[in-house]
Amino acid sequence: MSPLAKLLEAALFASARPVPTEELAVLDPDASPAALQAALDELREHYDTDGHGVELSDIGGGWQILTRPEYTETIERAQLALRPTRLTAASLETLAIIAYRQPIGRAEIEEIRGVNVAAVLRSLLERGLIEATGRGEGLGRPLLYGTTPQFLEQFALRHLDELPRADEFAVALRAEPRPV
Amino acid sequence: MTVPIDLSPDAPPPSFVVELPEYAGPLDLLLSLIRDEKVDIYDIPIARICEQFLARIHDLGLNEAADYLEMAARLIRIKAQMLLPRSAGEEGWEDPRAELVRRLLEYQQIREAVDVLEKLSEDRRSRFARSYIPVSNAPPVAPLSLSLAELLAAVDRVLRAAREPVLHDIVPRALDVDGAIETVRAVLALRSSALWRDIVRGNAEPWEVLSALLALLELARRGELRLAQSRPFASVEIVRESPGEAA
Repeated sequence: MSPLAKLLEAALFASARPVPTEELAVLDPDASPAALQAALDELREHYDTDGHGVELSDIGGGWQILTRPEYTETIERAQLALRPTRLTAASLETLAIIAYRQPIGRAEIEEIRGVNVAAVLRSLLERGLIEATGRGEGLGRPLLYGTTPQFLEQFALRHLDELPRADEFAVALRAEPRPV
Repeated sequence: MTVPIDLSPDAPPPSFVVELPEYAGPLDLLLSLIRDEKVDIYDIPIARICEQFLARIHDLGLNEAADYLEMAARLIRIKAQMLLPRSAGEEGWEDPRAELVRRLLEYQQIREAVDVLEKLSEDRRSRFARSYIPVSNAPPVAPLSLSLAELLAAVDRVLRAAREPVLHDIVPRALDVDGAIETVRAVLALRSSALWRDIVRGNAEPWEVLSALLALLELARRGELRLAQSRPFASVEIVRESPGEAA
Protein backbone atom coordinates (compact mmCIF):
# COMPACT_ATOMS: atom_id res chain seq x y z
CA MET A 1 0.00 0.00 0.00
CA SER A 2 1.09 3.57 -0.58
CA PRO A 3 2.22 5.63 2.43
CA LEU A 4 -0.88 7.82 2.12
CA ALA A 5 -3.19 4.80 2.14
CA LYS A 6 -1.45 3.51 5.24
CA LEU A 7 -1.78 6.91 6.90
CA LEU A 8 -5.51 6.96 6.11
CA GLU A 9 -5.92 3.46 7.47
CA ALA A 10 -4.22 4.44 10.72
CA ALA A 11 -6.32 7.61 11.06
CA LEU A 12 -9.60 5.79 10.41
CA PHE A 13 -8.61 3.09 12.87
CA ALA A 14 -7.92 5.72 15.53
CA SER A 15 -11.11 7.70 14.99
CA ALA A 16 -14.24 6.70 16.83
CA ARG A 17 -16.55 8.29 14.26
CA PRO A 18 -16.89 8.46 10.49
CA VAL A 19 -14.35 10.94 9.06
CA PRO A 20 -15.40 13.07 6.08
CA THR A 21 -12.97 13.38 3.17
CA GLU A 22 -12.25 17.05 3.98
CA GLU A 23 -11.03 16.07 7.43
CA LEU A 24 -8.85 13.31 6.02
CA ALA A 25 -7.25 15.90 3.73
CA VAL A 26 -5.83 17.65 6.81
CA LEU A 27 -3.64 14.60 7.48
CA ASP A 28 -1.47 15.34 4.48
CA PRO A 29 -1.71 18.92 3.19
CA ASP A 30 0.48 18.02 0.22
CA ALA A 31 -1.89 15.38 -1.08
CA SER A 32 -4.22 16.51 -3.86
CA PRO A 33 -7.91 15.60 -3.69
CA ALA A 34 -7.29 13.13 -6.49
CA ALA A 35 -4.41 11.51 -4.61
CA LEU A 36 -6.55 11.30 -1.50
CA GLN A 37 -9.36 9.63 -3.41
CA ALA A 38 -6.88 7.26 -5.05
CA ALA A 39 -5.49 6.32 -1.63
CA LEU A 40 -9.01 5.70 -0.29
CA ASP A 41 -9.78 3.52 -3.29
CA GLU A 42 -6.52 1.68 -2.74
CA LEU A 43 -7.41 1.03 0.91
CA ARG A 44 -10.90 -0.17 0.00
CA GLU A 45 -9.44 -2.39 -2.70
CA HIS A 46 -6.91 -3.74 -0.23
CA TYR A 47 -9.64 -4.79 2.21
CA ASP A 48 -11.85 -6.23 -0.53
CA THR A 49 -9.30 -8.30 -2.42
CA ASP A 50 -6.83 -9.43 0.23
CA GLY A 51 -9.45 -11.17 2.34
CA HIS A 52 -10.08 -8.97 5.35
CA GLY A 53 -12.75 -9.19 8.04
CA VAL A 54 -13.31 -5.46 7.76
CA GLU A 55 -14.20 -3.15 4.92
CA LEU A 56 -13.91 0.52 4.13
CA SER A 57 -17.24 2.29 4.03
CA ASP A 58 -18.25 5.86 3.34
CA ILE A 59 -21.67 5.83 4.90
CA GLY A 60 -22.84 8.08 7.68
CA GLY A 61 -21.29 11.28 6.38
CA GLY A 62 -17.72 10.01 6.40
CA TRP A 63 -15.26 7.18 5.99
CA GLN A 64 -14.96 4.39 8.52
CA ILE A 65 -13.73 0.86 8.86
CA LEU A 66 -16.59 -1.57 9.50
CA THR A 67 -16.72 -5.26 10.18
CA ARG A 68 -18.23 -7.38 7.45
CA PRO A 69 -21.86 -8.43 7.99
CA GLU A 70 -21.10 -12.16 8.00
CA TYR A 71 -19.28 -11.86 11.34
CA THR A 72 -21.86 -9.71 13.12
CA GLU A 73 -23.84 -12.49 14.75
CA THR A 74 -20.79 -14.32 16.03
CA ILE A 75 -19.31 -11.12 17.44
CA GLU A 76 -22.55 -10.23 19.15
CA ARG A 77 -23.00 -13.73 20.54
CA ALA A 78 -19.56 -13.44 22.11
CA GLN A 79 -20.72 -10.12 23.57
CA LEU A 80 -17.69 -8.29 22.23
CA ALA A 81 -19.91 -5.63 20.73
CA LEU A 82 -23.61 -4.94 20.77
CA ARG A 83 -25.78 -3.78 17.91
CA PRO A 84 -27.83 -0.70 18.65
CA THR A 85 -31.33 -1.69 19.67
CA ARG A 86 -34.04 -1.49 17.06
CA LEU A 87 -36.37 1.47 17.10
CA THR A 88 -40.02 0.84 17.89
CA ALA A 89 -42.59 1.27 15.14
CA ALA A 90 -43.77 4.50 16.74
CA SER A 91 -40.21 5.86 16.89
CA LEU A 92 -39.49 4.90 13.29
CA GLU A 93 -42.66 6.55 12.05
CA THR A 94 -41.88 9.74 13.92
CA LEU A 95 -38.30 9.68 12.73
CA ALA A 96 -39.41 9.12 9.13
CA ILE A 97 -41.72 12.14 9.33
CA ILE A 98 -38.92 14.29 10.74
CA ALA A 99 -36.43 13.05 8.15
CA TYR A 100 -38.73 13.91 5.28
CA ARG A 101 -40.37 17.06 6.58
CA GLN A 102 -37.65 18.71 8.66
CA PRO A 103 -37.72 21.18 10.21
CA ILE A 104 -41.05 20.17 11.66
CA GLY A 105 -42.87 20.81 14.92
CA ARG A 106 -44.56 18.41 17.25
CA ALA A 107 -48.11 19.41 16.29
CA GLU A 108 -47.51 18.68 12.60
CA ILE A 109 -46.01 15.28 13.42
CA GLU A 110 -49.03 14.46 15.55
CA GLU A 111 -51.34 15.56 12.75
CA ILE A 112 -49.67 13.11 10.36
CA ARG A 113 -49.39 10.21 12.79
CA GLY A 114 -52.73 10.75 14.48
CA VAL A 115 -51.25 10.13 17.91
CA ASN A 116 -49.46 12.05 20.64
CA VAL A 117 -45.71 11.91 20.05
CA ALA A 118 -44.24 13.70 23.08
CA ALA A 119 -42.77 10.55 24.62
CA VAL A 120 -41.43 9.30 21.30
CA LEU A 121 -39.77 12.65 20.60
CA ARG A 122 -38.05 12.54 23.96
CA SER A 123 -36.66 9.08 23.29
CA LEU A 124 -35.40 10.11 19.83
CA LEU A 125 -33.72 13.17 21.36
CA GLU A 126 -32.09 10.97 23.99
CA ARG A 127 -30.79 8.62 21.31
CA GLY A 128 -29.28 11.63 19.56
CA LEU A 129 -31.14 10.91 16.32
CA ILE A 130 -32.96 14.23 16.25
CA GLU A 131 -32.33 17.68 17.67
CA ALA A 132 -34.19 20.92 18.00
CA THR A 133 -33.06 23.07 15.09
CA GLY A 134 -35.05 26.20 15.80
CA ARG A 135 -38.41 27.60 16.62
CA GLY A 136 -41.33 27.88 14.27
CA GLU A 137 -43.63 30.80 13.71
CA GLY A 138 -47.05 30.68 15.24
CA LEU A 139 -48.56 30.20 18.63
CA GLY A 140 -46.00 29.52 21.32
CA ARG A 141 -43.16 29.50 18.81
CA PRO A 142 -42.98 25.67 18.84
CA LEU A 143 -39.66 23.86 18.71
CA LEU A 144 -38.80 22.47 15.30
CA TYR A 145 -36.92 19.21 14.99
CA GLY A 146 -34.42 17.89 12.47
CA THR A 147 -32.16 14.87 12.12
CA THR A 148 -28.58 14.74 13.41
CA PRO A 149 -25.30 13.45 11.91
CA GLN A 150 -25.82 10.42 14.12
CA PHE A 151 -29.04 9.74 12.25
CA LEU A 152 -27.04 9.56 9.02
CA GLU A 153 -24.52 7.24 10.64
CA GLN A 154 -27.14 4.92 12.10
CA PHE A 155 -29.01 4.73 8.81
CA ALA A 156 -25.89 4.42 6.69
CA LEU A 157 -26.51 7.57 4.70
CA ARG A 158 -23.95 9.98 3.27
CA HIS A 159 -26.44 12.83 2.99
CA LEU A 160 -30.13 13.29 3.54
CA ASP A 161 -30.40 13.51 -0.26
CA GLU A 162 -29.73 9.79 -0.35
CA LEU A 163 -33.17 9.08 1.07
CA PRO A 164 -35.57 8.19 -1.72
CA ARG A 165 -37.58 11.23 -2.75
CA ALA A 166 -41.10 11.31 -1.38
CA ASP A 167 -42.63 11.31 -4.86
CA GLU A 168 -40.80 8.10 -5.66
CA PHE A 169 -42.95 6.22 -3.21
CA ALA A 170 -45.70 4.00 -4.58
CA VAL A 171 -48.30 6.16 -2.91
CA ALA A 172 -47.74 9.65 -4.18
CA LEU A 173 -49.83 12.38 -2.68
CA ARG A 174 -52.70 13.30 -4.90
CA ALA A 175 -54.12 16.73 -4.57
CA GLU A 176 -57.77 15.70 -4.55
CA PRO A 177 -59.58 12.46 -4.06
CA ARG A 178 -61.48 11.19 -7.03
CA PRO A 179 -64.91 12.73 -7.41
CA VAL A 180 -67.59 10.52 -5.98
CA MET B 1 -27.93 25.52 13.77
CA THR B 2 -28.65 23.87 17.06
CA VAL B 3 -30.69 25.62 19.68
CA PRO B 4 -29.64 24.69 23.19
CA ILE B 5 -32.66 23.24 24.90
CA ASP B 6 -33.47 20.77 27.56
CA LEU B 7 -34.42 17.39 26.25
CA SER B 8 -38.11 17.66 26.96
CA PRO B 9 -40.39 18.52 24.06
CA ASP B 10 -42.31 21.69 24.57
CA ALA B 11 -45.34 20.19 26.25
CA PRO B 12 -45.74 17.83 29.17
CA PRO B 13 -46.20 14.23 28.08
CA PRO B 14 -49.67 12.74 28.36
CA SER B 15 -50.21 10.64 31.40
CA PHE B 16 -51.39 7.71 29.33
CA VAL B 17 -49.76 6.62 26.10
CA VAL B 18 -51.09 3.68 24.15
CA GLU B 19 -48.60 1.77 22.07
CA LEU B 20 -49.65 -1.50 20.56
CA PRO B 21 -47.53 -4.05 18.77
CA GLU B 22 -50.37 -4.41 16.23
CA TYR B 23 -50.98 -0.79 15.29
CA ALA B 24 -48.85 2.30 15.44
CA GLY B 25 -51.92 4.51 15.78
CA PRO B 26 -55.53 5.01 14.66
CA LEU B 27 -54.48 5.78 11.06
CA ASP B 28 -52.53 2.54 10.94
CA LEU B 29 -55.55 0.64 12.22
CA LEU B 30 -57.77 2.37 9.68
CA LEU B 31 -55.39 1.58 6.83
CA SER B 32 -55.25 -2.07 7.80
CA LEU B 33 -59.07 -2.21 7.87
CA ILE B 34 -59.18 -0.68 4.39
CA ARG B 35 -56.64 -3.25 3.20
CA ASP B 36 -58.49 -6.15 4.84
CA GLU B 37 -61.79 -5.07 3.33
CA LYS B 38 -60.12 -4.53 -0.05
CA VAL B 39 -61.92 -1.23 -0.53
CA ASP B 40 -60.85 1.75 -2.61
CA ILE B 41 -59.17 4.32 -0.45
CA TYR B 42 -60.72 7.07 -2.59
CA ASP B 43 -64.19 5.65 -2.09
CA ILE B 44 -64.28 4.37 1.45
CA PRO B 45 -67.60 2.79 2.48
CA ILE B 46 -67.55 4.94 5.55
CA ALA B 47 -70.44 3.29 7.44
CA ARG B 48 -68.87 -0.17 7.19
CA ILE B 49 -65.34 0.97 8.01
CA CYS B 50 -66.61 3.09 10.91
CA GLU B 51 -68.45 0.13 12.40
CA GLN B 52 -65.42 -2.11 12.09
CA PHE B 53 -63.15 0.53 13.54
CA LEU B 54 -65.37 0.78 16.61
CA ALA B 55 -65.56 -3.02 16.91
CA ARG B 56 -61.76 -3.32 16.60
CA ILE B 57 -60.94 -0.73 19.25
CA HIS B 58 -63.47 -2.39 21.51
CA ASP B 59 -61.76 -5.76 21.00
CA LEU B 60 -58.37 -4.21 21.68
CA GLY B 61 -59.60 -2.51 24.82
CA LEU B 62 -58.82 0.89 23.39
CA ASN B 63 -62.15 2.39 24.37
CA GLU B 64 -60.35 4.89 26.53
CA ALA B 65 -57.37 5.69 24.31
CA ALA B 66 -57.86 9.31 23.30
CA ASP B 67 -56.10 9.04 19.94
CA TYR B 68 -58.32 6.17 18.84
CA LEU B 69 -61.47 7.73 20.25
CA GLU B 70 -60.78 10.94 18.37
CA MET B 71 -60.58 9.00 15.13
CA ALA B 72 -63.77 7.11 15.99
CA ALA B 73 -65.56 10.41 16.54
CA ARG B 74 -64.23 11.71 13.24
CA LEU B 75 -65.49 8.63 11.39
CA ILE B 76 -68.93 8.93 12.93
CA ARG B 77 -69.08 12.56 11.93
CA ILE B 78 -68.12 11.78 8.34
CA LYS B 79 -70.68 9.00 8.29
CA ALA B 80 -73.35 11.45 9.41
CA GLN B 81 -72.28 14.01 6.83
CA MET B 82 -72.50 11.37 4.09
CA LEU B 83 -76.11 10.73 5.05
CA LEU B 84 -77.14 14.32 4.45
CA PRO B 85 -79.21 14.54 1.29
CA ARG B 86 -77.70 16.38 -1.62
CA SER B 87 -79.13 17.13 -5.02
CA ALA B 88 -77.48 15.46 -7.99
CA GLY B 89 -74.75 17.46 -9.63
CA GLU B 90 -74.76 20.01 -6.84
CA GLU B 91 -71.90 22.45 -7.21
CA GLY B 92 -69.56 23.10 -4.35
CA TRP B 93 -70.29 19.84 -2.57
CA GLU B 94 -67.19 18.64 -0.87
CA ASP B 95 -66.78 14.99 -0.06
CA PRO B 96 -66.62 14.80 3.75
CA ARG B 97 -64.11 11.99 3.34
CA ALA B 98 -61.60 14.14 1.45
CA GLU B 99 -59.64 15.25 4.51
CA LEU B 100 -59.50 11.70 5.85
CA VAL B 101 -58.30 10.36 2.52
CA ARG B 102 -55.60 13.02 2.37
CA ARG B 103 -54.39 12.06 5.83
CA LEU B 104 -54.49 8.35 5.08
CA LEU B 105 -52.43 8.82 1.93
CA GLU B 106 -49.95 11.03 3.71
CA TYR B 107 -49.68 8.47 6.46
CA GLN B 108 -49.24 5.65 3.99
CA GLN B 109 -46.42 7.57 2.41
CA ILE B 110 -44.73 7.82 5.79
CA ARG B 111 -45.16 4.07 6.21
CA GLU B 112 -43.20 3.62 3.00
CA ALA B 113 -40.50 5.93 4.31
CA VAL B 114 -40.44 3.79 7.46
CA ASP B 115 -39.81 0.71 5.35
CA VAL B 116 -36.88 2.46 3.68
CA LEU B 117 -35.41 3.57 7.01
CA GLU B 118 -35.92 0.15 8.51
CA LYS B 119 -33.99 -1.49 5.70
CA LEU B 120 -31.21 1.09 5.94
CA SER B 121 -30.82 0.69 9.65
CA GLU B 122 -30.84 -3.10 9.45
CA ASP B 123 -28.05 -2.83 6.89
CA ARG B 124 -25.96 -0.62 9.15
CA ARG B 125 -26.78 -2.63 12.27
CA SER B 126 -25.20 -5.66 10.66
CA ARG B 127 -21.78 -4.02 10.67
CA PHE B 128 -19.74 -2.85 13.62
CA ALA B 129 -17.62 0.25 13.60
CA ARG B 130 -14.51 0.30 15.76
CA SER B 131 -16.54 1.67 18.60
CA TYR B 132 -20.01 2.99 18.85
CA ILE B 133 -19.58 6.38 20.43
CA PRO B 134 -22.17 9.11 20.12
CA VAL B 135 -20.79 12.04 18.17
CA SER B 136 -19.58 14.76 20.47
CA ASN B 137 -18.18 18.13 19.56
CA ALA B 138 -15.52 18.08 22.26
CA PRO B 139 -12.41 16.03 21.47
CA PRO B 140 -11.99 13.14 23.89
CA VAL B 141 -9.69 13.71 26.87
CA ALA B 142 -6.27 12.33 25.91
CA PRO B 143 -5.00 9.57 28.18
CA LEU B 144 -2.02 10.52 30.40
CA SER B 145 1.40 9.91 28.97
CA LEU B 146 3.40 8.53 31.91
CA SER B 147 6.29 6.07 32.12
CA LEU B 148 6.98 3.72 35.00
CA ALA B 149 10.25 5.57 35.74
CA GLU B 150 8.34 8.85 36.04
CA LEU B 151 5.82 7.29 38.38
CA LEU B 152 8.61 5.87 40.60
CA ALA B 153 10.41 9.22 40.61
CA ALA B 154 7.22 10.87 41.81
CA VAL B 155 6.86 8.32 44.59
CA ASP B 156 10.47 8.97 45.57
CA ARG B 157 9.87 12.73 45.73
CA VAL B 158 6.84 12.25 47.93
CA LEU B 159 8.71 9.97 50.30
CA ARG B 160 11.65 12.38 50.46
CA ALA B 161 9.39 15.29 51.28
CA ALA B 162 7.75 13.30 54.03
CA ARG B 163 11.00 11.97 55.54
CA GLU B 164 11.01 14.17 58.66
CA PRO B 165 7.54 14.38 59.91
CA VAL B 166 6.91 17.13 62.44
CA LEU B 167 5.71 15.33 65.52
CA HIS B 168 4.24 17.21 68.41
CA ASP B 169 4.69 15.67 71.85
CA ILE B 170 1.58 16.37 73.80
CA VAL B 171 2.50 16.24 77.52
CA PRO B 172 -0.47 15.84 79.73
CA ARG B 173 -0.37 18.41 82.49
CA ALA B 174 -3.25 17.82 84.77
CA LEU B 175 -4.42 20.51 87.08
CA ASP B 176 -3.12 20.08 90.61
CA VAL B 177 -6.32 20.91 92.49
CA ASP B 178 -5.34 18.87 95.52
CA GLY B 179 -2.02 20.69 95.80
CA ALA B 180 -3.77 24.04 95.56
CA ILE B 181 -6.23 22.99 98.25
CA GLU B 182 -3.28 22.23 100.54
CA THR B 183 -1.81 25.63 99.76
CA VAL B 184 -5.09 27.45 100.53
CA ARG B 185 -5.53 25.51 103.80
CA ALA B 186 -1.93 26.25 104.78
CA VAL B 187 -2.46 29.97 104.20
CA LEU B 188 -5.81 30.03 106.03
CA ALA B 189 -4.28 28.10 108.91
CA LEU B 190 -2.06 31.09 109.54
CA ARG B 191 -4.54 33.88 108.82
CA SER B 192 -8.32 34.11 109.09
CA SER B 193 -8.57 35.80 105.71
CA ALA B 194 -6.44 36.08 102.59
CA LEU B 195 -6.44 37.65 99.16
CA TRP B 196 -6.07 36.00 95.75
CA ARG B 197 -2.47 37.14 95.40
CA ASP B 198 -1.58 35.42 98.70
CA ILE B 199 -2.48 32.13 97.14
CA VAL B 200 -1.33 32.47 93.54
CA ARG B 201 2.10 33.78 92.62
CA GLY B 202 2.23 36.78 90.31
CA ASN B 203 3.95 34.85 87.49
CA ALA B 204 1.89 31.70 87.87
CA GLU B 205 1.34 29.34 84.96
CA PRO B 206 -2.18 29.08 83.62
CA TRP B 207 -2.53 25.61 85.11
CA GLU B 208 -1.59 26.99 88.55
CA VAL B 209 -4.18 29.77 88.24
CA LEU B 210 -6.87 27.29 87.21
CA SER B 211 -5.87 24.87 90.00
CA ALA B 212 -6.13 27.63 92.58
CA LEU B 213 -9.50 28.77 91.27
CA LEU B 214 -10.92 25.25 91.35
CA ALA B 215 -9.44 24.69 94.80
CA LEU B 216 -11.13 27.84 96.14
CA LEU B 217 -14.49 26.90 94.60
CA GLU B 218 -14.18 23.38 95.96
CA LEU B 219 -13.37 24.58 99.50
CA ALA B 220 -16.19 27.13 99.35
CA ARG B 221 -18.56 24.34 98.38
CA ARG B 222 -17.31 22.27 101.31
CA GLY B 223 -17.93 25.25 103.57
CA GLU B 224 -14.30 25.66 104.69
CA LEU B 225 -14.13 29.22 103.40
CA ARG B 226 -16.21 32.04 102.06
CA LEU B 227 -15.44 34.06 98.96
CA ALA B 228 -16.34 37.69 98.83
CA GLN B 229 -15.86 40.50 96.37
CA SER B 230 -16.75 44.02 97.48
CA ARG B 231 -17.37 45.31 93.95
CA PRO B 232 -16.89 44.11 90.40
CA PHE B 233 -13.22 43.48 89.53
CA ALA B 234 -12.14 44.10 93.09
CA SER B 235 -9.77 41.66 94.78
CA VAL B 236 -11.43 38.45 95.92
CA GLU B 237 -11.35 38.11 99.66
CA ILE B 238 -10.98 34.62 101.04
CA VAL B 239 -12.31 34.28 104.57
CA ARG B 240 -11.83 31.20 106.75
CA GLU B 241 -15.25 29.80 107.72
CA SER B 242 -14.44 27.19 110.30
CA PRO B 243 -11.33 27.40 112.46
CA GLY B 244 -8.59 24.92 111.58
CA GLU B 245 -9.26 21.52 110.03
CA ALA B 246 -12.92 20.56 109.78
CA ALA B 247 -12.01 16.92 109.96
